Amino acid sequence: MRPVLEIDGLSVEFASARGPVAAVNDLSFAIGEGETVALVGESGSGKSTAAMAILRLIASPPGRVVKGRVLFEGVDLLGLSPADLRKVRGDRIGMIFQDPMMALNPVYTVARQIAEVLEVHRGLAGRAALDEVVSLLRLVGVPAPETRAGQYPHNLSGGMRQRVMIAMALECKPRLLIADEPTTALDVTVQAQVLRLIEDLKSRLGMSVLLITHDMGVVSQSAHRVVVMYAGRKVEEGATRDLFAAPRHPYTQGLLRAARRARADDGTLWEIRGTVPSPHAMPPGCGFAPRCDCARAACAAAVPELTRTADGHEVRCIVAAEGAA
Amino acid sequence: MTAPVLEVVDLVKHYPVRRGPFEPRKIVHALDGVSLTVRRGETLAIVGESGCGKSTLARCLLRLEDPTGGTIRLHGADITSLDADAMRPLRRHVQIVFQDPYASLNPRWSIGTLMADPLRLHTKLSRAERRVRAAELLAIVGLGGEFLERYPHELSGGQRQRVAIARALAVEPDAIICDEPVSALDVSIQAQVINLLMRLRREFGIALVFISHDLSLVKHIADRIAVMYLGQIVELADAAGMREGAKHPYSRALFAAAPTVDPVPGVSCEAPIGGDVPSPIDPPSGCRFHTRCAFAKDDCALTAPSLRAVEGRSVRCHYAGELDFARWAGGSS
Repeated sequence: MRPVLEIDGLSVEFASARGPVAAVNDLSFAIGEGETVALVGESGSGKSTAAMAILRLIASPPGRVVKGRVLFEGVDLLGLSPADLRKVRGDRIGMIFQDPMMALNPVYTVARQIAEVLEVHRGLAGRAALDEVVSLLRLVGVPAPETRAGQYPHNLSGGMRQRVMIAMALECKPRLLIADEPTTALDVTVQAQVLRLIEDLKSRLGMSVLLITHDMGVVSQSAHRVVVMYAGRKVEEGATRDLFAAPRHPYTQGLLRAARRARADDGTLWEIRGTVPSPHAMPPGCGFAPRCDCARAACAAAVPELTRTADGHEVRCIVAAEGAA
Repeated sequence: MTAPVLEVVDLVKHYPVRRGPFEPRKIVHALDGVSLTVRRGETLAIVGESGCGKSTLARCLLRLEDPTGGTIRLHGADITSLDADAMRPLRRHVQIVFQDPYASLNPRWSIGTLMADPLRLHTKLSRAERRVRAAELLAIVGLGGEFLERYPHELSGGQRQRVAIARALAVEPDAIICDEPVSALDVSIQAQVINLLMRLRREFGIALVFISHDLSLVKHIADRIAVMYLGQIVELADAAGMREGAKHPYSRALFAAAPTVDPVPGVSCEAPIGGDVPSPIDPPSGCRFHTRCAFAKDDCALTAPSLRAVEGRSVRCHYAGELDFARWAGGSS
């Protein structure tokens, strides 16, 4: 079966005063039909840049896709003309962002912003568009949708705004939803509601989801598969249950231990020492080597290759690869 | 027995608001009858969703806000209505670390200048002595002397938060109020900052008031946890009791909604409550949670429950202790 989205060797760099900086390096992964894949990493890992690059939303300059392909239903999005790309964006691929207040236009009513998408992609206008807006708002669980449709973003709570964003992303029944930290700005009880809504709509509309997040709790709850990024590179990929039960890369192990609030021997919280390397001063070999307890001389010599184990798990670490062999 | 570091009794903070030029004046009930104590050297966590009043409470504890009613005591002395001049010498007792170290450090000051500032205001040290003390303080939070010459933009988020903590430490406080101190940081860095705060508490006996929405974190680090909803404390218990299971339906739902890394099979993390927090301008009658509570009965809308002792903790619910949480999907967390 052909995957819905296939990212193949994607590299993105940004121009800076100190020369080009690689934000994403040789990233490859695929999302199958009806699958939820989580792209996980901390700030600077390149996860959001990768997501933006899929829809060619990276401002250029300073950003530039250096190489790679983004195959959506077999077509390379990076090669499409602007007109063809517009037909995909918001229609076949929907996107929701972390901060709905930034993504919604404050001077348009809810109805007008949602109707704009309907007009562009489905040619709906007037009464027909408004009816569709109201039924969409009802679908995403907005109470009193007729009233809400006439209101402005500032009249809505954070959870309601995120629901409006989801309604906008879903109105053309996309094959793929890209959700960049969709619940980070929300309170936990509202977060639970929004995650459940996405799950619900996913099974009803049969779409695939790319979930970008730093929250391992959200990942464990929603994703089938996890791609872990560190310093611009994929360091591990595997089925969620498998990866959470037996992480192979020392970074993934550390991340999960920190997320579980595990204790060190002296009773303090377990921590990953040091900080993420600056993109201007990337270590020559494995990006995680300076913070890694298992690192040896070879780790600093060259970037480790991705190793695939029998169960389809991938890891970029020479120590883990030896253990698996 | 010594007096607690901080004590608030029946604290009330109302903000008058007017939504438009012809609209009647209304009142935001940010805090309504909050009572709690901060004991020496303890970690007290205050949790709740946005708008519950936890940050207003923090600002009142620091006397950055004038409370509308109630009493605030610092080491047993009433500071509720002291003016700015009278407060100034007392400010060194209670310090604050904010969520966003990008916003709380002046970007045009070097770390050395930032560190010397509280020392200049609160001590009689000379310029040279301040410099030495600043380096000592940075060493305590794990930063080398070379940071004195740097500027905030050259530091990572975790390093900036260390500087903010070192500044709070400069005046040898008895309590540090930490308002979401790690929520802007990556999870691998969070533990470093938490461990630092915990070490300071142990070594210097500083009480920590930890304001957070991260329930998985506070369950692990706090001695006591207060859960707030719409300006009131709905449950106050020690952390072990909270880990065993909250007794108020709201705190129960809040802890159940937090996604865990290792979900228990068969238990969904879905919040057993729907809807949004009501507006603090017109809080619901009776129990403020009754509009979202699965267990609400008729009298919940009529009479407001008071905070009462239930099984070794305080709970603001008429029916606490008799509720069957097994009815909920997420109830067994």
